[in-house]
Amino acid sequence: MTVQEGLVIATAVDAPQPPRPRRARFSLGSWLLPVYTALALIFLLIPIAYTFVFSFNNSLKSNISWRGFTLDNWTNVCNAQDVCAAFGNSILIGVVATVVATALGTAIAIALVRYRFRFRSAISLLLFLPMATPEVVLGAGLASEFLGAGVQKGIGTIIIAHIMFCISFVVVTVKARVSSLDPALEEAGRDLYGSPAQVFWRITFPLLLPGIIAAALLSFALSFDDFIITSFNSGPTTTFPKFVYISAARGIPAEANVIASAVFLLAIVLVISQQVTAASRRKRLSRVG
Amino acid sequence: MAFSAFATGTAREQVPRRKSRVALLLLMPGILYLVLFFLVPLVSLVITSLQAPSTFGDVGSYQTAFDWNNYVVSITQYGDQIVRSFFYAVLATVFALLFSYPLAYFIGVTARRWPLLQNLMLVLVIAPFFISFLLRTLAWKSLLSDESGFVTGLKALSLLAPDAHVTGTPVAVVFGLTYNFIPFMTLPLYAALERLDTQYLEAGSDLYARPSTVFRKVTIPLSMPGIVSGVLLTFIPAAGDYVNASREFLGGTGTAMMGNVIESNFLILLNYPAAASLSIILMVVILAIVTVYVRRSGTEDLL
Repeated sequence: MTVQEGLVIATAVDAPQPPRPRRARFSLGSWLLPVYTALALIFLLIPIAYTFVFSFNNSLKSNISWRGFTLDNWTNVCNAQDVCAAFGNSILIGVVATVVATALGTAIAIALVRYRFRFRSAISLLLFLPMATPEVVLGAGLASEFLGAGVQKGIGTIIIAHIMFCISFVVVTVKARVSSLDPALEEAGRDLYGSPAQVFWRITFPLLLPGIIAAALLSFALSFDDFIITSFNSGPTTTFPKFVYISAARGIPAEANVIASAVFLLAIVLVISQQVTAASRRKRLSRVG
Repeated sequence: MAFSAFATGTAREQVPRRKSRVALLLLMPGILYLVLFFLVPLVSLVITSLQAPSTFGDVGSYQTAFDWNNYVVSITQYGDQIVRSFFYAVLATVFALLFSYPLAYFIGVTARRWPLLQNLMLVLVIAPFFISFLLRTLAWKSLLSDESGFVTGLKALSLLAPDAHVTGTPVAVVFGLTYNFIPFMTLPLYAALERLDTQYLEAGSDLYARPSTVFRKVTIPLSMPGIVSGVLLTFIPAAGDYVNASREFLGGTGTAMMGNVIESNFLILLNYPAAASLSIILMVVILAIVTVYVRRSGTEDLL
């Protein structure tokens, strides 16, 4: 996932569901639109299917033409040189960047909703700009700062870069959750002589947790798939997307398709299970109401 | 409020209650981080863009100067790439809008009766996000290569000259940009259309407007916030992208965009002032276009 992709997901997560009307009489042609939609969705999925199918290709060096079905790529993923090291780097960078960005962003989100302070609009602008800046500018800017400061580029500078572009997305995602929180619950805690720390950890934090988890998943996805900003700030360190970019010239090993397909399946399972739990929660709530 | 363009429809805003030292404590670390690693880099980019080669003449060694001439050199030397970037980005944005609007309309309006189907289709729209951006683009490179069934088929039907290529051409680059940024367009459109009250459409047809008039005069204006966000979300990354236009991906010799030039100047030629001045130009032009566009489309409170 690239940086701007996160923005799109953040908005879709936020969208509240309006009451559904019983009937919607208006459709552009009774069959034309459904057929178009089906074809459009199939079109969107073509490269995914391609990547998945070619993860089973019995390829030698380059994975371009089909040479027969094999499971070897899946069973011996780390056979291809460097691919697992690059994948490991991506996971490590993703985890560290996610933890730090989620902590920093959650704190900002709470402050934005709950407190009054000066320079509010300047701070909002500062949080918005990184999301509206092309990645190549973010990458080149940070790299020129590191150059000027004489910082050696490597895994540390990649982590610094990833935290930077994840913070804003965490703020957007968590802020929606903080706004929907009923302040009366915390007041009740205070009325019962809970200390501020107790109120936060026993009431606020558990209620915010779904938003925080969503923000963390988003950050991880952004970090894991980032290529452009990484390529400016990585020095000799290789991440999974950088590995793909470097090997594009001489052919991508099928093992890269295996890793991408596995990550894809994992993400889809996560999204669908989240949808199912949300649906069952809605059903429970509607029964209570 | 700067966020509202993107965080449309967040739950009700609470009235901030008190001013406190706690707020400062919560804001400080994150804001400081952004100042240090977002704002300072932008300033550093401006300073770098004005640097002159160092007097010792080493490659990649520069000294502080106020060499505004760097901008003139960049614009004259890379004028083609600058124009191309924005031209490709505009084309990709238009194609993505035309592709996405019917799709988002079906998911957001027609499919309201079936929430499960609606959610499934949304998952399918964002599914490309979960497979590496680079591998997606490489998949298209293979699928559009000269040996692929698609291209040989077109040639067999004489729809394509026998010696023509698809990959390595501007068509392939614009296609790749469009494909990669379609979900950026579809999701904001969906978010706007999902909230569309169909009673307005009924009112239009009750007043004897033809379906096309209802669409033009009611549906489109009501979904305008989605169109504006979608256009911005597609245009900004498309203008700065350099993967699609890269020669190892869908591009060729004559398709380089600003991103490609910035990358090669920064990482290969070590010509930091050129890369920095191009980055600043890219950012300034994008901010200018975005401001004008948002003013024009009448949703000024978006930014």
